[in-house]
Amino acid sequence: MRKFKEFIIEKLILICGIASIFFVVLIFLFLLKEGLAVFNIVSPFQFLFGKSWYPISEPPQLGILPLILGSLLVTLGAAIISIPIGVGCAIYIAEVALLKIKEILKAGIALLADIPSVVLGFIGMVTLVPLVKNIFNLPTGLTALSGSIMLAFMAMPTIVSIAEDALYSVPKNYKEGAFALGATHWQTIYRVILPAASSGILAAIMLGIGRVIGETMAVMMITGNAAVMPQSILVPVRTLTATIAAEMGEAVVGGEHYFALFAIGIVLFIISFAINVTADLFLHKRQ
Amino acid sequence: MKKNSHRTQKIAFFFLFLATLLIVVPVGLIVVMIIQKGLPAINWQFLSDVPRQGMRAGGIFPAIIGTIYLVTGAIIFALPIGLLAAIYLSEYSKDSMLNRLIKLAIVNLAGVPSVVYGLFGLALFVIFFKFGASILSGSLTLGIMILPIIITTSREALESVPQSFREVSLSLGVSKWQTIRHIVLPNAIPGILTGTILGLGRAAGETAPILFTVAAFYLPQLPGSIFDQAMALPYHLYVISTQVPNVDEKIRYGTAFVLLALVLFMNLVAIIIRYKFRKKKKW
Amino acid sequence: MVIKFGIKDLNIWFGSTQALKHVSMEVLPNEILSVIGPSNSGKTTFLRMLNRLNDLNPGFRMSGEVIFEKENVKKIDVELLRRKIGMVFALPLPLPLSIFENVAYGVRMHGLANKKRIAEKVEDALKQGYLWDEVKDRMSESAFKLSGGQQQRLCIARTLAVEPDVILFDEPCSGLDPISTAKVEDAMVKLKEKYTIVLVTNNVKQAARVGDRTAFFLSGELIELDKTEKIFTVPQDKRTDGYIRGKFG
Repeated sequence: MRKFKEFIIEKLILICGIASIFFVVLIFLFLLKEGLAVFNIVSPFQFLFGKSWYPISEPPQLGILPLILGSLLVTLGAAIISIPIGVGCAIYIAEVALLKIKEILKAGIALLADIPSVVLGFIGMVTLVPLVKNIFNLPTGLTALSGSIMLAFMAMPTIVSIAEDALYSVPKNYKEGAFALGATHWQTIYRVILPAASSGILAAIMLGIGRVIGETMAVMMITGNAAVMPQSILVPVRTLTATIAAEMGEAVVGGEHYFALFAIGIVLFIISFAINVTADLFLHKRQ
Repeated sequence: MKKNSHRTQKIAFFFLFLATLLIVVPVGLIVVMIIQKGLPAINWQFLSDVPRQGMRAGGIFPAIIGTIYLVTGAIIFALPIGLLAAIYLSEYSKDSMLNRLIKLAIVNLAGVPSVVYGLFGLALFVIFFKFGASILSGSLTLGIMILPIIITTSREALESVPQSFREVSLSLGVSKWQTIRHIVLPNAIPGILTGTILGLGRAAGETAPILFTVAAFYLPQLPGSIFDQAMALPYHLYVISTQVPNVDEKIRYGTAFVLLALVLFMNLVAIIIRYKFRKKKKW
Repeated sequence: MVIKFGIKDLNIWFGSTQALKHVSMEVLPNEILSVIGPSNSGKTTFLRMLNRLNDLNPGFRMSGEVIFEKENVKKIDVELLRRKIGMVFALPLPLPLSIFENVAYGVRMHGLANKKRIAEKVEDALKQGYLWDEVKDRMSESAFKLSGGQQQRLCIARTLAVEPDVILFDEPCSGLDPISTAKVEDAMVKLKEKYTIVLVTNNVKQAARVGDRTAFFLSGELIELDKTEKIFTVPQDKRTDGYIRGKFG
């Protein structure tokens, strides 16, 4: 009797064990189920590279290139800002900061990871957006640049914690060897520790960028939501994620618009899948 | 030469310090700002009243209750599955190919953009299972989203229980499941609790997954069943910041404060539990 | 006389390293068999084969057979096998429970629910482990509050409580001071009236003091197995001689 009970429990454990795989597949299947229908209306090429997104005009124009470029522009901006600052901070925490300060800094960065994105979006609206507007003397501060700055900020916890981990796990004798040869601390960091931790830092950057591409609420609240081809970083743009979040409420279930938004979901899923698998490979290479 | 390289080091370290300040100082400012401007808005009426005059007056009670319902539902769904999955990874499938595949799936699950969870919840729970936009749909969507957090932290907690305890128990002829149930699990509970609370905090703060699965724009009453729509704090903050013109700043900051306080409080509880039990650890 | 364990041409690998090579030997009932040898000689691997604890190690493979009372250990239900073959580990490993619950753990898990019967078994086991008098007034305290020697005797009592036939000792005194060691050795000698004991030890003198027979392992091979006094007086192999004289270790 006990054996039978344990047999059932262990089967249940196995089922839950593979639940994660099941859910990943399920998510993808349901995105496909609802999204692929859009290709009855537009070709995949037209969908990805079409320059106009007018989903409710008659007939609807379902090209997501402006959205892809919006996402790319914002992400690129965020990457340029966040990579040097994030990696710099990780080096400072892992190598330079005193133990006590280190704990405080780590707690501060963990705190940032805990702040809900809608709260950061709200704060961005009341602080960052007017700032950008005034500095560049723009008609509106809701721009790609504001989004980039905010997203760079939001990517920090990911980049800093993973990069710090990678730096920290460089064997101590590398460092001692370099010191023994008379190198300064900075030379050691620059020539020995950074190269040794490079694949982990790369993974940190990729996962940070993954976070940026997937971020929805904050970016929707401060980038201005104009689904047009972006001409500069100082104009409103609309990202892939924000498009789904902003328009799904109005889309008719089973309509073209609805299919198109799910197809955007497919694109996002594939991007995040690619990023996560690659980053995971980098992290495993390190071990 | 020697002097030169020391000067380089000084400059380099200064920039590293600057980078750190650029992250940490804004974090501090944001928290201070929300406390400073949000705290004065908090009073009993704000917390216990329904929103009035198109959300330009009154309180946020339904949003608080909605969020509590959603988070509770999410955890009821995610904790058993996540815990059993963690047991599988830590106790049953060490080093196998399947283990590797599951870990990859967890990484991906954690990386799926939150709005895609919203789409998924809409397609599966709202439409396919016909739950409609409801607390049930929203909870299940949030539940799947926090699954990676619960699995990862629970697995760490289980793996931190010394292997020797397992060997002792097994060497007495005690079965594997009994060993897990009576030796491994009780000693992993603080870690599992920490993970659960972190999951709760995450679920409470997310907006995108509940946009199309549960959230009501303006519903000045409490939900009656799990098949009802509900307001939720993060969505409410989004709505009053972007969708409704002329909302008093006080109400916005007050809402942001309550949401932030709720999330940070849960994280604080998690940290305290972890700290307390680490000190008490007997091995 | 029924042989307790018959081991035939046993080979064990962990991954690509071979831990035991062509070991064949027997363990007799109610004897103390000491197993000596330098570290990494395969002693512990041999011991953990007898109750199939090696199964837990990643990369474990074996060939040959281990017969326990006429039956191959692979054919016996592993939980039943381990109930019959108790084990005491190198370091005192109390479970994070009270003193009482440590000893009661095994019998409880095996389905005994009667509180009075459990208390009797705990008392009996603690008496056999020569710990009863020291702990009878503090049964509900954490087992971690005991001294190292007391903890190890608690582990012996915990093993005895499930009423095994055989007790495997894996360097049970390696973490103990001489007085505690003497107490554990005393307990072992008395226990052999009822149980068969296999004792793996790094301490050659301990093997000489308590062992009826002694086996010498080196680099995964069984070099020599004989009556203890013969091993220590007229060893057949000069490597055995070298080891017990302390020429290497």
